[in-house]
Amino acid sequence: MKPGVAIRILVAALLACAGAGASAAPRLPASGAEVLEVLPWRADPQQRELRDLRARLQEAPRDLPRAVEVARRYIEAGRREADPRYYGYAQAALDPWWRLAAPPPQVRLLRATLLQSEHRFPEALADLAGLTAQQPDNAQAWLTRATVETVRADYAAATRSCARLSSLADELVTMACIANVGAMNGKLAASERLLAVLRARAGDGAADPAVDTWVLTMLAEMAQRRGAAADADTRFRAALRRAPRDTYLLGAYADFLLDAGRNDDAAALLAPHARVDGLLLRHALALRQGGRKRELVPELTELAARFDAGERRGDGVHLREQARFELALRGDARRALAIARRNWDVQKETADARILLEAALAARDSASARPVLEWMRSARVEDVQLARLAAQLDPKFNLAGGKA
Amino acid sequence: MKRLWTLFTLFLACATWSLPAAAHKPSDSYLRLTTEQNGADVRGEWDIALRDLDYAIGLDADNDGRLTWDEVRNRHGAIAAYALARLHLERGGAACELMPGKQLIDNHTDGAYTVLAFAARCPRTGPLAVDYRLFADVDPQHKGLASVRDGTSVRTLVLGSDRPRATVDDGAGGAASGFLDYVRHGILHIWIGYDHILFLVSLLLPAVLVRDGGSWRAVGRPRAALADVLKIVTAFTVAHSITLSLAALGVVALPSRWVESAIALSVLLAALNNVLPVARGRRWAAAFLFGLVHGFGFASVLADLGLQPGALAASLVGFNLGVEIGQLAIVAVFLPLAYGMRSTWFYRRVVLVGGSGAIMLVAALWLGERLFDLKLLPV
Repeated sequence: MKPGVAIRILVAALLACAGAGASAAPRLPASGAEVLEVLPWRADPQQRELRDLRARLQEAPRDLPRAVEVARRYIEAGRREADPRYYGYAQAALDPWWRLAAPPPQVRLLRATLLQSEHRFPEALADLAGLTAQQPDNAQAWLTRATVETVRADYAAATRSCARLSSLADELVTMACIANVGAMNGKLAASERLLAVLRARAGDGAADPAVDTWVLTMLAEMAQRRGAAADADTRFRAALRRAPRDTYLLGAYADFLLDAGRNDDAAALLAPHARVDGLLLRHALALRQGGRKRELVPELTELAARFDAGERRGDGVHLREQARFELALRGDARRALAIARRNWDVQKETADARILLEAALAARDSASARPVLEWMRSARVEDVQLARLAAQLDPKFNLAGGKA
Repeated sequence: MKRLWTLFTLFLACATWSLPAAAHKPSDSYLRLTTEQNGADVRGEWDIALRDLDYAIGLDADNDGRLTWDEVRNRHGAIAAYALARLHLERGGAACELMPGKQLIDNHTDGAYTVLAFAARCPRTGPLAVDYRLFADVDPQHKGLASVRDGTSVRTLVLGSDRPRATVDDGAGGAASGFLDYVRHGILHIWIGYDHILFLVSLLLPAVLVRDGGSWRAVGRPRAALADVLKIVTAFTVAHSITLSLAALGVVALPSRWVESAIALSVLLAALNNVLPVARGRRWAAAFLFGLVHGFGFASVLADLGLQPGALAASLVGFNLGVEIGQLAIVAVFLPLAYGMRSTWFYRRVVLVGGSGAIMLVAALWLGERLFDLKLLPV
């Protein structure tokens, strides 16, 4: 890092700390007409409907179907707006059953979903195991269970859960579930081929739009991991046409653009999404890689304040992003490594592996990278970026039996 | 099948691979309590998001989605009543009486907050207990981030529906422990920071000798040695206190690689001076000059520990005091030993020259490591 940049980042960080710590200056607004806050839930009809539903639930808070409906709608809103406050409202709707060891199945599925969104994976898995034991034909429960098992790198269990779907859900969903596990587990090329064939057979746009976006995103990431940039780009853009505001998709495509050095494209893609921490982070990375230093400074301050707020709360939800922030934007490799290691204890996806390897390289601490290298070996992970980093950390690294 | 798709959409909603980051922000409030020393009063300031208040009790009178200062101001009474009914303070087992004060506006990363001032009349003694239920019924994921300040110590608490109650330790013990932690860290840092020890030792080695022509001879009286040590230690202390404070308060910031390299260089030069004396009678000046650099090094440790918000001065003074205590302990061990051995050939040749040579070697390796970001030594 150039000293000039380092000093500027330090100054930005110090200002951010000052701003985030003790709230700097409570003020008296100058005029009664001054608008202090714009509320998110007035404008669109979905929100109005949600408010009516909530009002009806307040009349009968123990009405199970009503409560489940309200919780589900809030979770959808949380997803749509990428706003975690809605998850809290969803939990409130489920309050009469929230603390039961074995709540009604509908509640248990939603509880698992909410626990998962807070990265409380072991608790989510306990609920999903109980639920699938109680209702072995609950396709949704098996699918969610497979996802959590994949995040926890328990690929054998995830494959078993996906297999349970075959008689319960349609072919594309079942195969997408299996391919998602297989692609992490030594069968990247075969999984990608199979999934592409099935999607083509289902006919372009024939499937449910949400499923299609999901499958397309998955295919794009598989192409990216084998280093086929053109295929990945085409698929990412096709998925974005279907779901232009999908937070995960925007983040994944931005990462792809950043790796390709298409910094201005990445910045333009994310410019309207600064409210979402993970997307603001990538926007700042695009500015930094593109040398747009003047625009970068306020974003660094804002990100520092946001991560600080998360840390004070004791949340572990954005450890992955925070580690990237510390490494790439603050240049603090040791702190980034410590955070990336904490994150690795919670979740084990390629992005989690990558930030840990990058931080270990920058901190010259190859011992810390060992669990990830071991995971890559034992799961036979194929990914051009991870393979490149692993080779830098350990020149003798190769995937025993894998096709690196 | 239709039903499965509805559920499927929902599943996508929360699958981790569909949400890389908690976006926007979960709901938090920021509660600051200040207890007066030996007083009955606790002062409070409570930042609560306007968005959360609107969701719970409604602030947007004209329902246009835009909260104006008038709309908020008109609801100040309702806000204070709602919030204070969900905060329960007690001291020594007896409840405190909460009285609302005025409200201002402040901004946090996720929007505008009301800043509710209040006073609490509490019993004089006993531990302070906080019971926090704000928004527990409408958003169980809401958290209250409280900091309780008592004199110089600040305790932070994270309160929420899964942990609504916490007790803050009472009085002097609590006040001292935060401060003492910093003192302890200061001592520890100078003891395990070999570069600081070697720098100090390099400067102190010749303190029991005087230069006589081209060679060293022992000082006659302990006073002369003591005066020399005192000058060096004082200069070093004053210098690093200055830069430690400047850096910790954010007035000056230097890249840590430069600082660490300059510290290694200072050790190298201090040791070199014992073999090829340049700064003979002015070692205190060298101690001052390089002490400035070491202060920046101390500051980076303090930055890792984190200064306690609201107790900045106490953390800083505590840490610095720890560094001085650690340093005096080193001097107290070193000086009698060196004074006892000062007239021996062993001290003048092996300890002074050989020791300085060894220090130079270590310092040179450090310098290489730090300049070129290598790893050569185990420490």
